[in-house]
Formats: sequence, structure tokens, C-alpha cells
Amino acid sequence: MTERNRLAWQLLLGANTVVMIFPLLVMLLSATRTNAEIFASPLGLPTGAVFANVVKVWRDTNFPLYLANSVIVTVGSIAAILVFGTMAAYALARYVFRGAGLVYLFFVAGLMLPLKLAIIPLFIQLDTLHLLNTRLGLILIYVAMGLPSAVFILTGFLRTLPGELEESARLDGASELTVMLRIMLPLARPALVISGIQNAVPIWNDFFFPLVILTSDRLKTLPQGLTIFMGEFNTDWGVLFAGLTLAALPITLVYIVLSRQFIAGLTQGAIK
Amino acid sequence: MTPAKSRRHRVRRGLWILLLLAPGAAVMTMFVVVPVLGAFADAFRSFQGPRPTGWVGFANLRDVLFVAPYAAATWRALWHNVVVFTSLMVVQNGLAYLIAFALLKALPGHRVHQVIVFLPVVLSAIVVGILWKELLNPIFGAVNELLAMLGVQGPPWLGDAGTALASIIATNAWHWMGFPALIFLAAMQRIPRETLEAARIDGATDRVLMARIIWPLVAPATTIVVILTFIGSFNWFELPYVMTGLDGSPGGATDVLGLLFYRTAFGGVSSGLEDFGHGSALAVLMFIVVAAVSAVALRILRAREIEL
Repeated sequence: MTERNRLAWQLLLGANTVVMIFPLLVMLLSATRTNAEIFASPLGLPTGAVFANVVKVWRDTNFPLYLANSVIVTVGSIAAILVFGTMAAYALARYVFRGAGLVYLFFVAGLMLPLKLAIIPLFIQLDTLHLLNTRLGLILIYVAMGLPSAVFILTGFLRTLPGELEESARLDGASELTVMLRIMLPLARPALVISGIQNAVPIWNDFFFPLVILTSDRLKTLPQGLTIFMGEFNTDWGVLFAGLTLAALPITLVYIVLSRQFIAGLTQGAIK
Repeated sequence: MTPAKSRRHRVRRGLWILLLLAPGAAVMTMFVVVPVLGAFADAFRSFQGPRPTGWVGFANLRDVLFVAPYAAATWRALWHNVVVFTSLMVVQNGLAYLIAFALLKALPGHRVHQVIVFLPVVLSAIVVGILWKELLNPIFGAVNELLAMLGVQGPPWLGDAGTALASIIATNAWHWMGFPALIFLAAMQRIPRETLEAARIDGATDRVLMARIIWPLVAPATTIVVILTFIGSFNWFELPYVMTGLDGSPGGATDVLGLLFYRTAFGGVSSGLEDFGHGSALAVLMFIVVAAVSAVALRILRAREIEL
């Protein structure tokens, strides 16, 4: 590689980094400035009380409520996806039984279906079950959406585990449940992390299903709350940017700490 | 083991397997199988609010495809989805390929670049959409402020029918570019080092390397990127929803099938009327387009993949 050639590629990456980071930097800086400051010069540095907007978002709006709802819905969905997904995957990976291939196909076929397009029947069904405008209704949709990928990843991983440990535990008189919980599942932790991240990111960020299913303000999740903010603080940019920054912060921080697992998790389905 | 004992053992084992499969299978049946089948049935029904009132055959599908006022909106939205897909293929995925190649060189700081390029991917489309909507504000937005420094008067990006769709496409490219970039990178890293070094020794430049050597070898990654971009483009909803609104303003210049579907089914800004029949017809059409095109594309693209 010649020096000039090297420099050209280095410059491309540098320019790309600027394009990626600059908007986020503007968001962060604007969150610390007053409206008057932003309108006077959109690209300035903060001068006064940098946390004023953040405090306002936290104290005077429903932001904490939306955040709590997002946490409840995401944690609830992921827990159910991992528990039900692991159970099904364990049966498919560790036991030989008639129809196993068909059951596997049944679960994995869901990978191909965009569930958004079935929103009308889902809406009617939740209405019939009195689950419309409830967190449980939303969680059930997310579990159905997440199970196919969880079963796919976990079955693939559980199949690779050696059978000797299992057999020797059985000879020692351990029950099937003990074998599963004590011997096999601890070994599956890396696959559980990948599967958890792969589902948590789209659920945390989802906007479409809450938009259709939740109408009470006290149940709304963060992305939905932000669109309400956008209308409410249309003229108060400092507060709007503070809301955006606070909303982006949790997932950004977790991503920076676990970037390897995030990248692996989110590109998993595409790379084989 | 006696035969009786062995049978009891078999029954217990069967029940155990059933117990493991049941909760997942129940959720999948109730919230995937039944609604997806229902979505197809609903396209052939008329509705009064959320209650089906009878079967109408192909009337809903005929309306949204050929009858005014539905048809004009359908075809315009479909065309915009095609524009979105084509532009993203060139801009977002083309750039992603270049970035992947640059990352492959393992220049100083490439790991940090990798983390940065993927950062927007983990953010919500709502955060990204609102952020870019404000950045593109004609008067107080950072984009036009930067252009003004260069002495250029920027347009009202999202308010002008000529630039609105392109602005949202550019936002999508910023949001998602890291995803195809890292898929391409993973595929490039799997090419044996000797292959690339042999090409270099034969005098291959970067351009030749990218176009003639690497391109055919990452064909499987290209297949997956094309299909995922297509599915994403035809499910486009969040970005136009927050950036230009449910009506796809200005004047429908950013209307896409996702917005049209939502407006038809659940009511738009101007009319709060639900129309589940026509909405379902649109959903079925979108489903068929995505499934059919993906299947054909998969066949064509798989054919050009070669085994290493």
C-alpha cells in the first residue's frame, strides 16, 4: 500500500466518522443550551446552566413515566422470549422425537413474516381478549415476534453442546429438569446474551405496535413519548433536544460497553 | 427395565417435551399464525368499525389497485417505495461497501471506526427522525447553518416536494449504513489472505481488487443486503411518519405504502375513520410484493454466488 493510497482511505474513514458523530454532537450541545441561544446560532457552545433542559424534561414532563414503561415492556418481553425460546429450543436440540423437524419449521417460519402487516387482525384479537391498551398485549406481540429468532439461535447453539455431560448426570440420577437447568443452560449463556440483545434493541426502539395498541398516555413507551414531545416542544428546542439526548443515552451507553456483542447480535441473522 | 416401566418412561419423556414446547407454540399460534391467516381473510371482507360485516370477494383489492380515489394513492406510494429502495441500494449500500473495504485495511483506529459507524444503528428511528428533522430545519437547523458558512442558501429540505423524499432517504442512509458495512466487512474478512495478496502481487489496484476480486467473493453478503434493504424499504414507516407526517407531506411527496396502509386502516390526520377492509387489501398487496420479489431476487442472486 502506497502512502498516498493509505492516506486517502484514512481520510474517507475520518470524514465518515465526522458525518456520523456531528449530528449526535449537535444534539448533545443543543440539549445544554437555551432556546434563545440555539435560535441565535444553531452551532454554538453552551454558556449558562447546562442541565436546565434536562431537569425540565425529568421534572415537568412524563419522560420518567415513558422510560419506566419502555423498561417494563422490554424486560418483560425479553424474559418471556428467553424462557419460552430456551424451553422450545432445548426440546428441539436435545431430544429426538417424531415431528421435531416440523415443529422447528413452525417456529423458524416466523422469521420470514413481517408481523406489522398482520396488525389489523392482531388489533381485533387483542380487542376481543380485552388486551388492547395494555402492556401485556404489547408484550405478547413482541414475544411472538422474538421467538423465531430466539429458537433459531438457541437451537443451533444447544445442538453443538456435547452429550457426555448430560449422560453422566442422568446416570447419577439427575432428573431431566436438573440436567437442563444445572448442566446445559449455564453453557448456553453466550447464545442467550446474543439472542437477548438481538431482540431487545428492536423492542426498545419500536414505535409501530405501541402506536396502534396503546392509547393511554400513562402506558406509552419512550419512542411514542418523543413524538408527543415533538408536538409539545415544537418551539422549545433546548428541551426537545434534551429529551432526545436522554432517550438515546441508555442504549448508547450499553452499546459502547457491549459493542462486540451488539454488533454480533444484530448482524447474526445476516451472517452465516 | 420392564416393558411397563419403559412405557411409563416414554410417556413421561413425551409429556416433558410437550411441556417444553407448549408455551412458545401457544404464543406463536395465537399471535403469528392466526393473525397472519386472518390478514389474508380480512382483505376479502367488509367492515363496520372493527367488526367484519361480510365477504366482498376481490372488491377491496380491486379498489386499492384500480378504482379512484384509492388507486392513485396506492400507485404513487408504491413508486416512492421503489425510489427509496433504489436510492438506498446506491447511496447507503454503495457507501457501506467502500467503508467496509477501508475497514478491511485495518488502518490505525479501525476498531473505533467500526464502533462509531454502527452507533446510529442501535438508535430508535424516532430519535433519528426527530433529530434530522430539526437539523434540516430551514432557518435554525445545523445543515443550512453549515451551508451558509460556505455561502450557500440551503432549501427548506422537508418542506419542498423536490427535496423532501431525498432528505428522508439520506437520513435512512445515515441511520443504517453501518449495518450493511459490517455485513460486507465480515464477508471480506472471510476471504483468504493469500487470495488478496496474490492479486496485489499481480499488480491489482484497490479499484480492481474491489470490483473484480472481492465483489464476486462477497456475493452471499450482497444477497442478504439486497433482500434486507428491499424488505426495509417496503416496510418504511417511522422515518417519514416523524419527519413529514402521516399524510406524507408536502402534498403526498413522501407518501409510502406503510403510511398509506396505516392511514387507510386506522384513520389519518383529516379523517379518523377506520377502514379495515381496504387496509387489509393493502397489507396483503405489500406482503405479496415483498414475498414475491424477495423470492425471485434470492434465486437470481444465489445463482451468482460461488463456492470458495
